[in-house]
Amino acid sequence: MNTITKATTLKDHFLNLFRENAGVISANSAPFLNRFREDAIARVEQAGFPVKGSEDYRYADIESVFRNDLHHIFGPRNIDLNVREIFHCDVPDLETSLLLLVNGRYYGNGKQLNKFPDGIIAGSLARASVEYPEIVRKHYNSYAGKSKDGLVSLNTAFAQDGIFIYVPEGVKADKPLQIVNIMISDNDLMAQHRNLFIAEKGAEVKIVICDHSLSAHRFLTNSVNEVYTGEDALINLTRIQNEHNGASQITHSYSHQEARSNLTASTISLHGGFIRNNVFVTLNGEHAENHSLGLYLSDKGQYIDNFVFIDHASPNCFSNQLYKGVLDDFASGSFNGRILVRRDAQKTNAFQSNNNILLTDDAKMYSRPQLEIYADDVKCSHGSTMGQLDDNALFYLRSRGIEYKEARLLLMFAFAHEVIQNIKVEALRDRIDDLVNKRLRGELSRCNNCAMQCG
Amino acid sequence: MQNEQDQILNDVTTGEYKYGFYTDIEQDTIGRGLSEDVIRQISQIKKEPEFMLEFRLRAYRHWLTMKMPEWAHLNIPAIDYQDLTYYSAPRQKARLNSLDEVDPELLDTFNKLGIPLEEQKQLSGVAVDAVMDSVSVKTTFRENLAELGIIFCSFSDAVKEYPDLVRKYMGSVVPYTDNYFAALNSAVFSDGSFCYIPKGVRCPMELSTYFRINAANSGQFERTLIVAEDNSYVSYMEGCTAPMRDENQLHAAIVEIIAMESAEVKYATVQNWYPGNKEGKGGIYNFVTKRGICKGDNSKISWTQVETGSAITWKYPSCILKGNNTTGEFYSVAVTNNHQQADTGTKMIHIGKNSKSIIVSKGISSGVSNNSYRGLVKVLRGADNARNFSQCDSLLLGDKCGAHTFPYIESGNQTAIIEHEATTSRIGEDQIFYCNQRGINTEDAIGLIVNGYAKEVLNKLPMEFAVEAQKLLQISLEGSVG
Repeated sequence: MNTITKATTLKDHFLNLFRENAGVISANSAPFLNRFREDAIARVEQAGFPVKGSEDYRYADIESVFRNDLHHIFGPRNIDLNVREIFHCDVPDLETSLLLLVNGRYYGNGKQLNKFPDGIIAGSLARASVEYPEIVRKHYNSYAGKSKDGLVSLNTAFAQDGIFIYVPEGVKADKPLQIVNIMISDNDLMAQHRNLFIAEKGAEVKIVICDHSLSAHRFLTNSVNEVYTGEDALINLTRIQNEHNGASQITHSYSHQEARSNLTASTISLHGGFIRNNVFVTLNGEHAENHSLGLYLSDKGQYIDNFVFIDHASPNCFSNQLYKGVLDDFASGSFNGRILVRRDAQKTNAFQSNNNILLTDDAKMYSRPQLEIYADDVKCSHGSTMGQLDDNALFYLRSRGIEYKEARLLLMFAFAHEVIQNIKVEALRDRIDDLVNKRLRGELSRCNNCAMQCG
Repeated sequence: MQNEQDQILNDVTTGEYKYGFYTDIEQDTIGRGLSEDVIRQISQIKKEPEFMLEFRLRAYRHWLTMKMPEWAHLNIPAIDYQDLTYYSAPRQKARLNSLDEVDPELLDTFNKLGIPLEEQKQLSGVAVDAVMDSVSVKTTFRENLAELGIIFCSFSDAVKEYPDLVRKYMGSVVPYTDNYFAALNSAVFSDGSFCYIPKGVRCPMELSTYFRINAANSGQFERTLIVAEDNSYVSYMEGCTAPMRDENQLHAAIVEIIAMESAEVKYATVQNWYPGNKEGKGGIYNFVTKRGICKGDNSKISWTQVETGSAITWKYPSCILKGNNTTGEFYSVAVTNNHQQADTGTKMIHIGKNSKSIIVSKGISSGVSNNSYRGLVKVLRGADNARNFSQCDSLLLGDKCGAHTFPYIESGNQTAIIEHEATTSRIGEDQIFYCNQRGINTEDAIGLIVNGYAKEVLNKLPMEFAVEAQKLLQISLEGSVG
């Protein structure tokens, strides 16, 4: 397999990897997705990999997560495990349509694409590009394709599959669609998948993404989501990141919102050694509304980095960013939020808030809430705080007979709940409350989903 | 009302820069271009000791290895460093002992600028060091201050008379390796001010430096060094103007402040370099490195700036809070109009325990200008109970300008409390209506509102400057509201 030697740079390594495997990659994907590869790899060559210290990747050491010798699977999938047997979703009352993604490929047990009675299509992106070329063509790479980030182009060059969700005009999905993204392998593995979610005019859908790792190997995921929210459409997207701490995850999300659309995207980061979430939102029609929410609870050597960019390209739009985190041990984290209000985007309301609690002196947090404003009739504000639990609040609780440790947990939980309360799927919200509670108590084992029980 | 406001906006943006005159005075200059020879020449003209030349050459060699930084939210045309004059001085025939010997043309210049260079203006109680192009012209009140043990003189005099002090402190806060323009300044700086306050002395008057770029095609590279020993206090003011010229001129200065135990230094700037004309032609590039270190416990450094001039402003007056219980303050009003660009803010680096910092930044942009606040608050691991509060407000006057906020907050201590908040807004029509209703015309109303908006910062300025700053604000802005 390919390993990165010191003589070649990361970029050269991946350029070579692409040249050597271009045939296999294309043969195991779909012709439409293959069309973008050459152009994308040229962009990787031009842009290179993000460098730590650059404005967008100031604190994230991307190169370090690529440093391990990672394997790639470009050929046919050779998993003969019964994934459904070893993995069971632990959200008890949540009734969802389950979509499985294993090592970056759709795992459909023979059926690559589901068409539900109400017209919703969900399944493999590669398959969808063959069966519904006109839909995929309209949106694929339309939003992420403009990115100058080498990692996005890298995904476009290598991604062979991912999840495709299509909600036709006016259809309101009756139950959430749940994507379970599993990494499982016999050796250290890198996977790159590509998701495409489309909600046409007036459609409504709730999507849940759960990231898990099921074997104790080093994993690296570099995934791209493209989300199209049509006029008057409503999407509720919740992502729970709970891979083990040897896994690294880089996600890119490109959302395009039309007039009067409403997108709420929440990212709950519980476990995972290195997490970088890039969120780009374009508010392309008047009265569009975006809520980007994030909660990160990290300890040990975890690094969690959220990068949010909201582009107010139309007047009268609303956006709200709320990111909160608790950092323990020697964990470090970064938040970078940018609100861009374009010249004619008058009457914009945009808010941004980042609150952090550091529990030790070894934990580090970097926060960069940014405003870039070119229109004068706007209401924009941002706030960022870093601190610790309020002594007065602690005292209040203790004076009422709650012991110190419990009082602390209660306050941290209350701090986190502000983000969680925005999650619209009730069963999921309760479950996340429960997970966060366990996480804060240190009871949530990162391996409790794993059959291997390797510790 | 909209029309009336637009009209006023127009009137104001057509206002002329009133310090744009040029003084026809005999100048000593050296040829354009930058090389080791030019640096040797500058050092020779200034009759500097050997250590200075070595320092300059080290800085120059380091500068050659550096690249111009590009991270700022600025659009800077390429600067041809070989096309600049690095030394230009009003021709001096002999060393001056009293004001009578100063070139009358020069005196005239400073009179026009309203600078109390004459010693009879004792009532104003300000000691002035006036720097024209590359050299310090005249330092007033030097003798009076010397009685208290305070040293206040031009940098070149300090190099000759107090080489040990200069050697000890120069480059200790802003080393020549710090950044591109600090390296350039360290290599070619011509003059500036030096100020030393001995232990336990409270400087009885405001100290002031007045910078003026006069010659064409010249860059001004001055250096200010302020050392405040234990338990001392000084308040320092800096003002700047330049003639109107079509080409851009470069101003790359360094200010270093060292505050020892329980010392307090206040540094106020009213920066009014020529901002270029309405089409954005000409103007000064103001790329300045200002940094102070609170070295001893309980010391305090306070920066106050009113930035109204310069085509491009790029500066971050910073505080390194090294001692315990130290305080850093930054108060700023930055106004941009027409094609001006500003990327300014501060850095507060908390190292000592119980260190506190406060940042108040008020940006006002109008015309087609861009005004950015960029600030770093960094709390290191050992800075227990560090406390920061930052407030960055932007006011947009007109729909073609931009206002941006780029804070960087880095915390490595669990007991640190850092808060940052920012808002962006414009003057509300309701506010103007309220004033109109009470008989205040739109123009005055806007002046009132802008001044009220900036008051928090203006209040921090020394008296003499506060008046000037308020006038400047009015000239730069009154009425420019959409």
